[in-house]
Amino acid sequence: MVPGHGGDEVEAYLASPSGDESRGGVVVIHHMPGYDRGTKEIARRFAELGYDAIVPNLYWREAPGAAPDDAAATARAQGGVPDERLVGDVGAAAEYLRARPSSNGKVGVIGYCSGGRQSVLAACNLDLDAAVDCYGAFVTGTPPDGFPLKLTNLVDQLPNLRCPLLGLFGKEDSYPSPEQVAELDEILTADGKPHEFHSYDDAGHAFFATDRPAYRPAAANDGWERIEVFFTTHLGG
Amino acid sequence: MCTYTTVKTTLHGSAKGPDSSWFHVTDGTVYFDHPVHAMAEHTLNIDFADPAKGPSARVAVELTAGSARDLIAAIQSALESAPAELTA
Repeated sequence: MVPGHGGDEVEAYLASPSGDESRGGVVVIHHMPGYDRGTKEIARRFAELGYDAIVPNLYWREAPGAAPDDAAATARAQGGVPDERLVGDVGAAAEYLRARPSSNGKVGVIGYCSGGRQSVLAACNLDLDAAVDCYGAFVTGTPPDGFPLKLTNLVDQLPNLRCPLLGLFGKEDSYPSPEQVAELDEILTADGKPHEFHSYDDAGHAFFATDRPAYRPAAANDGWERIEVFFTTHLGG
Repeated sequence: MCTYTTVKTTLHGSAKGPDSSWFHVTDGTVYFDHPVHAMAEHTLNIDFADPAKGPSARVAVELTAGSARDLIAAIQSALESAPAELTA
C-alpha cells in the first residue's frame, strides 16, 4: 500500500533493480482494463532498464482486492477515474518514489490508452521530469455527445505542461486520430513546450500490448527505444 | 481505440458464476471496447452484475460485433416465438 489522493492508501506494484545505486523513478499508469499483468510486466521492464517503477491501482477504491478485470468493470460502471483523483494518486506515487533512498530525485510518468491522456494530465498538474503519452485519446479532440464517462479533452490545460512530453501513436488509430495528434503537436509547438512525437505505419491503438492482436513488434520495439533514450535524457544522472 | 462508451441498464434475473454459483443480476453494463480475453481488437462486452455483492459478482461476455448482432436477433426471435402474454 502506498499513499494516494486525499490521504487515501492504495495498492501499488513496485518493481526495482537490485543494488542501491542512485536512479530515476517511473510512475506507470495502467490502461482502462486495469491493474493487470501486462501493466506489471511494463513496470518490471522499467526496473530492468534501471528505474524504480510503480503502478498505482487506480481502481483500488472501487474494488479493493478484486481481480483486475472485475475491478475495471466496476470502475467503468461507476464512471471511471475522476481527473482530480488521478492527479492525486500519480503525485503521491511520484513522491513515494522520490522518498526512496535510491532516488536521484527525478520521476517520469508513462501511460497507455486512457493512461496516455492521464499521463499528459498529470504532467500538466504535477512537478514531474518527463512524461510519455502512448496513444491516449481525448488529449485533443472532443468526446462525442452523450458520453457517459466524465471526460474532457486537455486543451485548456496544455499551457500548464511542466515537463518534456514523448508521444507514441499509431497512424491507423482513430482515437487519437492522426489529425488529433497533429493538433496536439501544433498546440505544444505554439506554446513552446518541448515534445517529441512518433507515429507508426501499420500500427493502430495498443500496439505495445504484447498479449493482444493489436501488438505490432516493429512499432513497439522502436517505441521502447525512444522511451529508453527519452528517460535516460530526462531521468538519468 | 478506446471508446470509453458505456451503456448501463437495470436488469432483473440471474446468472451463474463465478465458482459455479447462481446470483441475482441487478445491473447490465454494455460497451464496445477492448476485450480482456477474446482475440479481437474490439468486442461488444456485457457485464451481468450485482454490485451489492462486490466486483466479483459478475458474468462477463465478450462478443465480436457480428456475434453480438446474431445474439440480438436470437433474443428477439426467442421472445417473439413465445406467447405475447408471457413476455409482456
